[in-house]
Amino acid sequence: MKNSLHWREYLITRLFRISGYSAIVFVGMIFFFLLREGLPALGKVEFVSLFSARWYPIEEYFGILPLIGGSLIVTIGATLIAVPFGVGAAIYISEIAPRWMREILKPLVEVLGGLPSVVLGFLGILILSPYLRILLNLPTGLTALAGSLLLGGIAIPTVVSVSEDALDAVPKSYRDAALALGATEWQTIWRVTLPAARSGVLTAVMLGVGRAIGETMAVMMVTGNAAVLPKGLGALFAPARTMTATIAAEMGEVANGSVHYHVLFFIGIILFLISLVVNVTASTVVFRQRKRQERILS
Amino acid sequence: MKNVKWLPTYDYNLILSDFRCQHYERFGSRKAGVTNSSSRHCPLAQYIVTNYNHKPMKQSFIVFLSFVFFLSGCGAPARSSEPSASIETIENKGSDTIVNLALAWAERYQELHPEVRISVTGGGSGTGIAALINNTVDIANASRQIKPEEIESAKANGSDPVEFVIARDAIAIIVNLENPVDELTLQQISDIYCGKINNWRDIGGEDRPIVRLSRETNSGTHVYFLEEVLRLGEKENKTLFSTDTLLLPSSEGISAEIRQNPNAIGYDGLGYVTEDMKVIAVARDASSPFILPSAESVNSGAYPIARDLYMYTNGEPLGTIAAYLEWILSPDAQQIVAELGFVPVTP
Repeated sequence: MKNSLHWREYLITRLFRISGYSAIVFVGMIFFFLLREGLPALGKVEFVSLFSARWYPIEEYFGILPLIGGSLIVTIGATLIAVPFGVGAAIYISEIAPRWMREILKPLVEVLGGLPSVVLGFLGILILSPYLRILLNLPTGLTALAGSLLLGGIAIPTVVSVSEDALDAVPKSYRDAALALGATEWQTIWRVTLPAARSGVLTAVMLGVGRAIGETMAVMMVTGNAAVLPKGLGALFAPARTMTATIAAEMGEVANGSVHYHVLFFIGIILFLISLVVNVTASTVVFRQRKRQERILS
Repeated sequence: MKNVKWLPTYDYNLILSDFRCQHYERFGSRKAGVTNSSSRHCPLAQYIVTNYNHKPMKQSFIVFLSFVFFLSGCGAPARSSEPSASIETIENKGSDTIVNLALAWAERYQELHPEVRISVTGGGSGTGIAALINNTVDIANASRQIKPEEIESAKANGSDPVEFVIARDAIAIIVNLENPVDELTLQQISDIYCGKINNWRDIGGEDRPIVRLSRETNSGTHVYFLEEVLRLGEKENKTLFSTDTLLLPSSEGISAEIRQNPNAIGYDGLGYVTEDMKVIAVARDASSPFILPSAESVNSGAYPIARDLYMYTNGEPLGTIAAYLEWILSPDAQQIVAELGFVPVTP
């Protein structure tokens, strides 16, 4: 009996260890594959022309700057929409809403999170973009802004549910203490609860950004996919072409091993690096904060 | 089928048989929905709609498909009465421009010849020809002529593409119904798309910015438009699309924008033009007459933006494939060409 328990224990520990390590192994393998397929692009296309402003692969123009710019502008727009709305909704659900409201809102947000992005793309192309064109008097509604709005919508559920969990985890004694000291409800939320849940909220924001930058389908349908190098804020109201949409639209027809093929993988490397930087920044900030908190509490 | 043309590079796979209709959407093998139908006696189209026909994933796609068929075989009620050995299969793949036509032909032909199964897949002319070179299809559809380097690599692979002109297609220049502009010369269209003309005012329209719509660069229509319109068919002309040209992933994306945006100009196959948009009459040059695209003007060569549509087989076709291609050029099949908005090759 004792022996079998020991064996079971051993097996289970091993299994969990393997699944834990497999995450690292898979990321490593993906990165290796990306590097193997993407790095030859640097040898085949001159560095200067790779970072030029013209993307027209069928005539051998491989300037990826407009694509990076397009991704950045759409993602920044999406973040500006998703963060205030997402964190606001999380604060409402966790701090202000009555219990019955919370029971309705939480599952609804999760349903929103499960909505396929293609469906949102349909809405975007049929309703959002015509409406944007008329409302803002733009030449066309298929703009980076439409992409940002949709991506914001896609990222909001992630931001809401993660930051709601973080806010929920703040001990009730913090709020009680603040209220006992005479703080108003708003002061308690803004000065006590939110800072206490900061690391969780930051994680939520980063996850939201990650979701936004990697999204493909909805963006491809509404941003117009014109590879224009964004110059300033006005680019938000003009068509843009993101890295993900470029890979998705062009990978299907590209000849295996051609220059275009390697450049598309190179774009994949850049996407990978961007999300890596976002994640590393987030975890450093969180880590630093946790240290400070520990110092204060001790 | 037009209503499912929303997504880029849709890839239709049709196998006519008497069982179940399945609809798959594949992007990471995500299953979109399955509907079954079990009318045993009338032949029923079985569509497997997938998007993203990624070439590197072809192997896994085939595995996926065979898995699907394996599953559907398990689920189906006993069909042992059917003599499966006598059924001949034709694999047909390529141009998205032709896919609707090829589907309609396949459906009709299988009604006439129940012993033949034709599977039609889209993906683009390049994809179809690549598949022919790799010897994985019987007939490749292409909206452009095979390139010399493709013939070379086919020869190197031991296949010998034989060409058939199976229909003609005209590219229509389309604008919103509210747009007062009726006619343009090729030169004007070229100037619009390369960014020299940026306002409708300059070509007799209202004071509105021009929004240029185009298909994605992997579309045969895009390449054809670039060579024949933007560069006016001149080989050494290196004009490019203006960078702010919107590259939309589907014909339907272009139609949707044209319908609601009075600033937009777009181009698409004549087969995709509907009542709710305006077709522009095109002149070869300033001294030529302006001509609207139609079956007559295309076949007579008067309309300047028209092209032949091709099917390629590996070597001179034999047996079932030869019979199918012969039927395609018959009046019965060419009638379907006209119904789908293309132009028949034989009257």
